[in-house]
Parts: sequence; structure tokens; C-alpha cells
Amino acid sequence: MSPREVVIVGYGMAGARLADEIRRRDPIAERVRLTVLGAEKHAAYNRVLLSAVVAGGMSAESVRLHDDEWAARHNIDLRLGVDVTRIDREKRCVELGDGACVDYDALVLATGANPWIPPVEGLEAGPGVVAFRSLDDCAKILDAARFGAPVAVLGGGLLGLEAARGLAGRGNQVTVVHPLGHVMERQLDAAAGHVLARQLTDMGVTFKFGATAARYLPGDGLKLDDGTLVPADLVVVAAGVRAETSLAVDAGLDVDLGILVDDTLRTSDGRIHALGDCARHPGAPAGLIQPAWEQAGVLADVLTGTNAAARYRGTTAVTRLKARGIDLAALGETQLDAGTPDAEVLTFNDPTGGRYGKLVVRGNRVTGAILLGLPDAAASITQFHDRGTPLPDDRLGVLLGRALPTGSAPAASPADLPAAAVICRCNNVTKGRLIEAWKAGATDTPALARATRATTGCGGCTDAVGGIANWLAAQ
Amino acid sequence: MPQVDTHCPYCALQCGMTLDGARVTPRDFPVNAGGLCQKGWTAGSLLTSPRRLTTPMIRVDGALEPVSWDFALDFVARRLQDLQRDHGPDAVAIFGGGGLTNEKAYLLGKFARVALGTSQIDYNGRFCMSSAAAAGIKAFGADRGMPFPVTDLKNADVVLLAGANPAETMPPFTQHLRGTDLIVVDPRRTPTAELASLHLAPAPGTDLALALGILHAVVEGGHLDQSYVDDRTGGFAEMWRIAASWWPERAERVCGVSAADMRLAAAKLAAARNAYVLTARGAEQHATGTATVGGWINLALSLGLPGRPGSGYGCLTGQGNGQGGREHGQKADQLPGYRKLEDPAAREYVAGVWGVEPESLPGPGRSASELLEALGQENGPKALMVFGSNVVVSAPRSERVQDRLSSLDFLVVADFVLSDTAAMADVVLPVTQWAEEDGTLTNLEGRVLLRRKALDPPVGVRSDLDVLNGLANRLGQPENRFPADAETVFEELRIASKGGIADYSGVSYERLRNGEALHWPVPENEHPGTPRMFLESFAHPDGRARFVPVEHTGPAELPDDEFPLQATTGRVLQHYQSGAQTRLIDELNDVVPEAFVEVHPDTAKRAGLEEGDPARIRSRRGETVAKVRFVQSLRPDLVFVPFHFPGEQRANLFTNPALDPVSRMPEFKVCAVSLSTVDGAA
Repeated sequence: MSPREVVIVGYGMAGARLADEIRRRDPIAERVRLTVLGAEKHAAYNRVLLSAVVAGGMSAESVRLHDDEWAARHNIDLRLGVDVTRIDREKRCVELGDGACVDYDALVLATGANPWIPPVEGLEAGPGVVAFRSLDDCAKILDAARFGAPVAVLGGGLLGLEAARGLAGRGNQVTVVHPLGHVMERQLDAAAGHVLARQLTDMGVTFKFGATAARYLPGDGLKLDDGTLVPADLVVVAAGVRAETSLAVDAGLDVDLGILVDDTLRTSDGRIHALGDCARHPGAPAGLIQPAWEQAGVLADVLTGTNAAARYRGTTAVTRLKARGIDLAALGETQLDAGTPDAEVLTFNDPTGGRYGKLVVRGNRVTGAILLGLPDAAASITQFHDRGTPLPDDRLGVLLGRALPTGSAPAASPADLPAAAVICRCNNVTKGRLIEAWKAGATDTPALARATRATTGCGGCTDAVGGIANWLAAQ
Repeated sequence: MPQVDTHCPYCALQCGMTLDGARVTPRDFPVNAGGLCQKGWTAGSLLTSPRRLTTPMIRVDGALEPVSWDFALDFVARRLQDLQRDHGPDAVAIFGGGGLTNEKAYLLGKFARVALGTSQIDYNGRFCMSSAAAAGIKAFGADRGMPFPVTDLKNADVVLLAGANPAETMPPFTQHLRGTDLIVVDPRRTPTAELASLHLAPAPGTDLALALGILHAVVEGGHLDQSYVDDRTGGFAEMWRIAASWWPERAERVCGVSAADMRLAAAKLAAARNAYVLTARGAEQHATGTATVGGWINLALSLGLPGRPGSGYGCLTGQGNGQGGREHGQKADQLPGYRKLEDPAAREYVAGVWGVEPESLPGPGRSASELLEALGQENGPKALMVFGSNVVVSAPRSERVQDRLSSLDFLVVADFVLSDTAAMADVVLPVTQWAEEDGTLTNLEGRVLLRRKALDPPVGVRSDLDVLNGLANRLGQPENRFPADAETVFEELRIASKGGIADYSGVSYERLRNGEALHWPVPENEHPGTPRMFLESFAHPDGRARFVPVEHTGPAELPDDEFPLQATTGRVLQHYQSGAQTRLIDELNDVVPEAFVEVHPDTAKRAGLEEGDPARIRSRRGETVAKVRFVQSLRPDLVFVPFHFPGEQRANLFTNPALDPVSRMPEFKVCAVSLSTVDGAA
């Protein structure tokens, strides 16, 4: 039985992950012969870490997904810097820019998405304009954003804010131009957006809300529609992305904002699959890596035949802003107001402290949350949400990320402790036992130790035992 | 007898104590600095306990009847010979323990391979620290739990404890952590976690995601010790390809520890002049235990800690002789000196010491869990001899273990109390306790200790060495091949271990009696020992440590609608291991007389349970009954049950026997369960 020819178009995070997942199931290419066609000249890299590259924590080398020997080691025909010009569905092959053809039994489109450049005069062609999407973009940004130089960021979404925070941290004068009234409006309600913007403002970022750029003047800056000029040596465009679907459109596949796929990641041609940012599945939130990885697992099962029943049912996303000094998580339904029927909506708003918490609960389960400046709550509420664990009754404790103290405050004096309180854990000595021993004549710590063995394990209770002796002496 | 300086019979810390008859007083020894926990203080009372065994017994018509030693040994030898004649040498299996002295562990391995010729020998260390041992060997080329003295910890700025609860399991140890900035990784807010400045509470079975997340934060924060990585290690790039995909926010979603805390932990460790990463059962007792420990070692390597004076990685070994017990051949694949049974040179050398042909030595046998599962099966052993272990309580899925033991033709148990396992035996042999015999142990820092005889055993009790000697002679072995005297056995062990990784050849009873602090390897008679390993180079041939590429995969069994909670198991301060000893000591048993289940009050109430109610904890393997204890700090989806109790209170009735592919460690620390009242459905 000869292996099937699988061709992956695209060597970004989705394509690379799919290749890894296929080889994990089929390490010696018994089931699948694999060809990967990449448009860029360099190895795949981890796009999620690009904000860390801009912020200065990571090198370009450390965000690579594969080393140079990866393809050879895993029996993969990897071709870099290849331009795929057409899919020939009848002949079942893809045509390359140099006229060559690559035959397939199954074709996977992992062509990703491209940044959307708003139609602003001078922006498309201008020097000093960089999208924030690729490793090359990062190099350009770092090259152009000299220390102290003014930078404009177009777009106050997740990516724009990560870039803004990173550049401000490097000492740039950053202005974020955002057409709407608050940042990250897809994930945050207005109150959370305001607290977040205030925090970023404290970190040196300036915001222009409800503003759009009218014109880009290279070397000068961005002219806004209200006539003000935002000075900028560099414009970082983070205004969203568009799925790269041109091959699919030309091949006559069904496309609507993305290449439409079913639960086996099949397009309208059963021999062609798509995953990641170029694909559109009703359950997959856009712009995140997690759906692409989950899809890669399912598609590898299907393509290698290791689990023909594998299905992708969608991804529940948790949005995390990766920006130094800011901790933000948002998940599920975040736009509900208190008073929504059938839902408990708790909110906590602390602009001065840079903290905002919102918790949406239905049927004792978390269905939505915004957690800004509450890292413990972000971690634990995400777990409640993902695992579907019933929430504890102490909702406020959940929202703040720590259980509130119950009962009495810690004892300030030995007098307040109950007799049964264990003072020495190592030897299980209670306050009551120490009192007995003291009354029997053991009136200092060494004597109490001899009589009860308190303090003779780890010694951690020595001060407490001494305190009890003193308290008894003072009675 | 005069007062005798010795060591505690329980955990691997091996606290120094002095015995005057059966009376214990603490002794100033480096590991315990004069401290003892309640177990140590009360250890002497078992010596005089009326509940200890003093005569051999044989099962007659269902009941154990007293017999003479000669009769018992004759009977055992004859039965073993019969079974081996009918079914081959592997029809007889041996199960040892990490509490046995070095001499016993050594002689037991020799007895199996020479006197019985069976490959079927393993021990309960597989349930203890085998994952750390496997990970240590991969990373460093050698496994010595702590490759530095415990007392070095005192000078550390930061110590990270992953899955360790020494405040309850080895209390005097925590003295060495005083003054250090402590980071504790544990799903529960344990007494140890209470001592920490930073408590990281991962969901059970997600420790590796946490370790990867912290390692990622080390690199992201610019804290990678690049020159150390370049000069002293290999494999970073390959390991990093995996860790790169575990940015803290992603790891947070899996493990539930906040990304901010991961970054804080990374920053604390990186800022420390001296720091240690220590792991224990919480990291190790998983079907992914070797990988998980590997993840923590990778973190330590990325910070340049191992093999640097004042810093390092170590494993907190659990059982009294958990270290020495894993070095001298009671393990399925091992020969003395931490040699590999499959290594032709090792076989030839050890066979020479034993005076037999190398070809006569059997090959590697089954690991502990697989051995227990094979008992009484068609191709499995028909007879089992158990020394120093109580598998009916301590092995996972214990109802199945019980079932396997009952299917044997012949079960022999040597113990000093009628343990739950001994109670099932066809022959029970009463053996000495620690204070009634000489012997060496190797503590958690690799220091060889002499435990000296402090009092005579009761009439009718013999040492395990005596038992092996008597059986070997009856099985036709030459008179001197299995000495009954501990020092004589040790002299042979010295030669057998010479040139091995755990080289004891320079250790002698005389040097130990003189109080010398000898940490292995001690390759020469005048050699001062090796308190700190790896300072110059690691034990791999190229002298470098290895980053091991490890990927988080998670628990073998996840919660579902039928079993919606996760259970984890562990210890309490008052009990040791299966509790066979400590449950007989009133002072300990009065404090914790029965099993309990820690549960969040809301979770308990949803199941109709109040504080103190008996609860049923059920899994796919079986169910346990334990009393409810409310613990407000516990995750609402987690319950905790200590494993020291017998009968229907055995935690191991519900644990998951899924095994680590390398260490063959079962997944004691996490499985899916339901919680209900004892009369209600889950």
C-alpha cells in the first residue's frame, strides 16, 4: 500500500503544526507523504511571541518553530520561498510560480491571513509603514522605532495594544488611533476598556478615540479626520486581518470571509481542506492560535486515518493580552449588563488600582468574564470556565481570585486561641497541653519542650511556645 | 546494653537519634539538627509492642499456625523448588522495599538471581521516586537524590519545592529552609505551602505545563544562563522548541496558575545568588512523572543551578533507604552499584564477585506494577516472597492486587508486624526491627549511615539476612555465599559496587563507626566521599548535562459526567507509608485514627455531606470510604485522601494504575472520582 500524497500550502503556525501532528501519528511516512510549500524564505516561527520580540524579551532565533534539519528528519519535502499560483482541481495538483506542478491526493490550505491596511491616503505605499504580523515586520519595527521616536499605532485591538505597550516600554512616544470609543471593544465592555486605556496611559501611551486617519505624511505623521496631526516616524498598522483566500476563490471553493470548512476541516471540495486563519468554521474564533492547533490535531487524525471519527467542534477562546505589567483575560459573554435575566453579573471597578472584574454566571457555571489586574482570578476563573466546575457560593472570593477569610480573624494573642489549637504540628502539641505542662511546673520554653516535645521537630513554633509561657506568667 | 547512636526507622531524612533500650532521644545530626517529629519520638514503642510477630507461622486450614523456624524454612524451600521445577525459575518472584538496609537490598537481588535464578524481582521504590531517578539519569547521567548535603540549603536565597510537603512528611527538614524565600508547588494549601512566600497551585496532573511556563518566563525575561547552557549542557535548542509554545498565558489556561505568578517565580529564581529546585512525589507519581521531573530539571538547568556550588536540583527521596534501596540490585533491571543488568561488562564483573557464570544471571524482569499484575496468571509467577513492603495497601488499584495475591500458589511475607499483606500469606516470617540489627542506609543526600544494633530482638525473631541465608542453604547454595552477618554482606557489597555509579568500595563499617560523613561515590579506602557531585562535570560521557525535550500531555484519566472530581493522595505527619507500623502506635494513631477526605465545603454540601460524615469516593477501579473534612482552601473540583489506612479505607482502591513509560511509576496523584454519601448514589 503506497502512502497518500498530502500537500500543505502554507508554512506558518497552522501548516507547521499540522505537519508536526501528522508526523507524530505517522513518524516514518507509512501513511502519508508530506509536502509543505512555504511562501516565506525562512523557517516557520511562533507568531504569538512576536509581541515579546518587539518588547525585547525574545530573539528572532528563539521564536522559530523548527530547526534547519526538521524537514529532513521527519521525511517532509519542505520547499521555502515558493509561490503557489493555482489549484488544478481536475488534475489534482497545485501549480507553482516556476511552472512546476505538485500532485496531491489531499490538499490543505493553510495560507493564513494578511493585515488589512485601511484606505488612508499615502499609507499603502508609504515608507515607515509596517503591519504587525510577521517576523520581518518586527525587524522593521525595531529598526525604525529609534529610542524616543514618535510612533503611531493604527488600531486599539489586542495586537495594536501589545505593539503599543512594547514600543512604549522601549522608550517610544506612542499614540494609538482607534476609530471606536474604547479599546478592545470586541472583548471588553466600555468600563473595562477605560480602565485598560488608563493603565496604558500611565505607561506613556496616548490615545485618540473615535478618530480615523485621513492622510499619512511620511516623515511627519498621521493627519486625522479632525485635522490634528499625530507625529510619527513610524506607523504600525494593526487594524485587523483578512483571510488569505485567493487560491480558494480562484479554484471555485466556497468562501465567505474565510474558506468555509466543516467539522473535518473539509472545504466544498472533499479533497481540499483548510485550517487556521484562512479557514472559517462556525465554532472557531478568529485571530487566535488555539483553534488552529486544535484543528491541526483533528485534521492529522483524518488525513492519516488514525482516527476517522475525529471532528473539530469549535474552540472556546480566552483572550489574553500579552503586555508587560498588564494582566488581562476575557472570555465568553462579556457585554452583558447587571439585570440581564437568567444571568448573575458581578462587576468590580477600580480605575485607580487598574483593576476591573466582571463575572457572568448562568446555572452556577461561568459563562463570561473580564479580569483586568486580577491575575489570580483570571487563572482560576478560566479553569472554572474550561472545566465547567460549579462555582463556590463565595462569588466575591471567586471574582477577586482568593477565598475570603471566614470566621474569626487570626488570633492576636495566645489568650484568643482555643485550647485545642495545635501549636506544635511536628509533635501534635495543643495549647491545652502546654497549659497543663506549665501548671505542672514547666514554665519556660526548654522545660515545656521536655515536658511536651513542642519545638523539638522543625522548631518553627519556638516563638509561639515562648509566647504562651509569657502569657501564662503574666496571668 | 549501653546507649547507642542510631537513626530513625522511617523516612529518608534519617534523623539522628539515641536509643537507650527502646527509649528514643533526639541527637544532633546534620540532617535533623536535634529535631524529631512525633513519628521519630515514638519509634521505640513498636520494639516492645505486643502486636509484633515473634514466631514463624504457616497457614493450616485457613488459619496461621505457629511453627518452628526449621520447619518454616524447610517448607518454604521445598515449595519454591517444587514450583520452579514445574513452572521454571520465573515461577518464583520477589518483592522488596525501600526501607530495607543496603545489605538486605543487595542480598535480596543476589538471592533472586543466584539462589533462585529468577528474573522476577522488583520493589516498592517504583511507587516512590523511580520517576525522579529516571529523569536524573537522563539529565545528569547519574541519580543521587540530592547531589549535595541537605545543610547546603540553608545558604540558598530561593528554594522551589515541586510536589513536596516536608512540613508533614519530614518535618525536621524544614529547618534547612528557614531564611530562604520559598516557592511551593502543590495543588493543596499544605502546611509547607503555608511557609512559602509564593504558593503555586496547579490543577492535579498539570505540573509539567507549569514547569514549561516558568521556563518560558525565564527565557522571555532574559534570565537564561547562556554561558552555562553553552558550556555545561546539551540539547537546549530541541527542548526550547517545545517550551517556546508554552508561553505563560497558555500554561496558565492548562494548569490554573496565573501567568503573573509564573513570571514572579522565574524572576525570584533568577535573582537569587543561590537557588535550588527540589522535587518529590507530587511531581513524580504520575504516568508522566519522568517527563514532569524532567521539566523541573530543565528549569534548573536553564538557570544554571545544577553542579554549581550552593545551588542545584535534587529529589527528596521518601523511604528510609529509598536511595540505597535503588542502587544495589533489588530492582528488576539492575545490578549492585547502580549497574545495568543488561550491560555485559556489569554482568561479567558482578558474576565474578558472586562466583557464578555471567550467563547464569537472568535478564531484566517485570517492574513492580507489572509484576503484581502478572501474579498467578498463566505466564506469571506462582509464588511471591515479600520483604519490607505492604502491597495490599500501597500498590495502586489495590483490590486487584489483593485478587492477584490470592491467585498465587504460595505467598511468603517477612515482616515484623502482621501487615495487611502478611495476613494473606501462606507463610509469615517474623523479622527484626531496625534497632535490633546492624545495617547501613543511604539517606536522601547520598550519605551512607550506619544503624547500629541497640537491643536484642525478642526470642523467635530473625533478621532478613538470616532468613535469606537459611533459605539459600536449603536451596543448595554454598554455605558462605549468603552471609547472615551485616558487616560481612557489606564487605561484599563494597566489592560488587566498585567501579559502578554508586561506588561504595571505600566505605567501611569502621569509617562509619568513626563518624565519617561519606557520600557516594567513595571509590577508595582513603577517599573522603563526594558530598557535592557534578561540580566539575556531569556523569554523561561528555561531561555535560542534558536538557530533555518534554511535552505536557496531562493526566491519564480526565473527569467526566460520571466521575466529575479529581482525587489526589498523600500523607499525614503521624503515619508512615501503608501505616502498618504507625497505626500500631497509639500515640500516633490517636491523632489520625482513620482515613479522611479533604473536600471544599460547597462540593461536599452538593453531595449531601457535612463535616465528619462518612463519604464514598468512587472511581472506575473501586471505592473508598473516608470521613469528610472541610477545607476551604481546596479547589472545588479536587478531593484529597491519605493512603495510610487499611481495608475499605484504602485510598489505593480508587487510584489509577496507569504507568509512566520510563519509570513504570503508577499515577497515584490524580484520577477521576465521584463523591457521595455512603448510602447514596454518586
